[in-house]
Amino acid sequence: MALENADIDKIAILARLQVTPSETSDYANSISSILSLIDQMQQVSTEGVEPLSNPHDASQRLRKDEVTCDNQREAFIALAPAAQDGLYLVPKVLD
Amino acid sequence: MTYKTLVKISKDLAAGDYSSRELTQDVIADIKARDSIYNSFISVSEDLALRQADAADARISAGTADILTGVPFAHKDLFCTQDHTTTAASKMLEHFVPPYESTVGQRLLSAGAVCVGKTNMDEFAMGSSNESSYFGVVKNPWDLMAVPGGSSGGSAAAVAAGLVPAATGTDTGGSIRQPASFCNLTGIKPTYGRVSRFGIIAYASSLDQAGPMCQTAEDAALMLNAMAGFDEQDSTSVQLDTPDFTADLNLPLQGLKVGLPKEFFGPGLNPQVAECVMTAVKQIESLGAQIIDISLPNLELSIPAYYVIAPSEASSNLSRFDGVRYGFRCDQPQDLMDLYCRTRAEGFGTEVKRRIMVGTYALSEGYYDAYYVKAQRIRRLIKNDFARALAQVDVIMGPVAPTPAFDLGSNTKDPVAMYLEDIYTLSANMAGIPAMSAPAGFVGGRPVGLHIMGNYFNEAKLLNIAHQYQQITDWHLQTPATNPAKGA
Repeated sequence: MALENADIDKIAILARLQVTPSETSDYANSISSILSLIDQMQQVSTEGVEPLSNPHDASQRLRKDEVTCDNQREAFIALAPAAQDGLYLVPKVLD
Repeated sequence: MTYKTLVKISKDLAAGDYSSRELTQDVIADIKARDSIYNSFISVSEDLALRQADAADARISAGTADILTGVPFAHKDLFCTQDHTTTAASKMLEHFVPPYESTVGQRLLSAGAVCVGKTNMDEFAMGSSNESSYFGVVKNPWDLMAVPGGSSGGSAAAVAAGLVPAATGTDTGGSIRQPASFCNLTGIKPTYGRVSRFGIIAYASSLDQAGPMCQTAEDAALMLNAMAGFDEQDSTSVQLDTPDFTADLNLPLQGLKVGLPKEFFGPGLNPQVAECVMTAVKQIESLGAQIIDISLPNLELSIPAYYVIAPSEASSNLSRFDGVRYGFRCDQPQDLMDLYCRTRAEGFGTEVKRRIMVGTYALSEGYYDAYYVKAQRIRRLIKNDFARALAQVDVIMGPVAPTPAFDLGSNTKDPVAMYLEDIYTLSANMAGIPAMSAPAGFVGGRPVGLHIMGNYFNEAKLLNIAHQYQQITDWHLQTPATNPAKGA
């Protein structure tokens, strides 16, 4: 399936990626060729075949809902590109 | 220390021939002196390594050393190392210093192993040539015009160059086995769930698995002993006892049933690579194995299905890189959307962005069933193919890659051509079975690996076969300095 530049713009927004106009056609071309490769999947019938999401058909192991480690707020906040008073800083969201 | 195995270093340390501190200093000096040729390291952790070496020397003196105590190794830069940068070879994490250690790293540290640094790789482990790294391409020590393979290309090059005796890798679609094959190493991708993924930066969580890249099968077994085991912190870690992977190394191969899938020897396979692999298979037959023709009919579908599942899981996993909590952040964001979009556009490289977009598309409304669910159904067909084959044979053998290491730059313009290189490795990740590469010869001076795949949790059998093969061959003992292509 061939993608148009407009499709790339839409996917880029969903993926939260800025794509410049000069990059758009390159992505449209390369992703279209990847999608042609992917479309080979349609050659085989998978009717009645259950999807496999974990190689062992295992489901997520759950643990007891209890505190298992200390609060590491300072260690984590120290990694932030912008923080103040123990809070993450982002551009203003509400006027 | 150049080209000493883990086993040899361990004996030397125990005998007091040198201390772990002396060895660690030598290794780091060697990396600083020679790695400009290969670019296999992103960073060296000298201070941490020397502290670990001193602690190891104390254990050796006190008589409480394990076999890996004091032995140097390198981590692929995808494993979080506490207090040392972990970049995933991305600008996004160029300055990221994790506040914790991966479970694998912690296990190796507890065994007393000394981490000397972090190796180069394809950005976020997405690639088959180590050409997508933000920190530059890695060169293959066997031929500086060739790629080392990917994504664990730095780990492979570092061991092949004799800079470190062993390194960790991760394998989502072949990223341990293909570089091991291209660089003449013994590398194993364990069964999915055998080794904890905790603290390893995620690419495609249902496929990712970590393993060792070493000079011999015996070394790989020792490393895997330290790395493997159930971990409560990884929800897909499998709750099974870990065997001693060295216990079966010396078992005879009499009666072993080896399956050769015809799909691994079809058009597209370099005839000289096929010859190396068949010679190796014949030698294993001479040790008492029985060779049986088998079929894995859905092998070709592993490429399209993988290139849906892996990018889909990647698009989800990499959504965490938002410029807010850690990692790179763009300058002067206008608003929150601009912060996200520009941070990710500037922080990720082209291949990573391409896979995120493919995954985003495959998971988007209206396409989810046609792409993601369809790929998961094909994944089950592939698993069923292996189940049928492994009911008939003990292990499956074939090539690791269709060609020896290709030239740097030869596949970078065409992502699909690069993806097709993964034809023989992807299916083991899709099924979750263990698989390894062991040195099996050379084509034009570039190494060729023998691919050995086995049943779930049967890593010991694969290592046994590789070890027995290494008792009657010396491919694994060849080093780039003795490369036949150089006439040395």
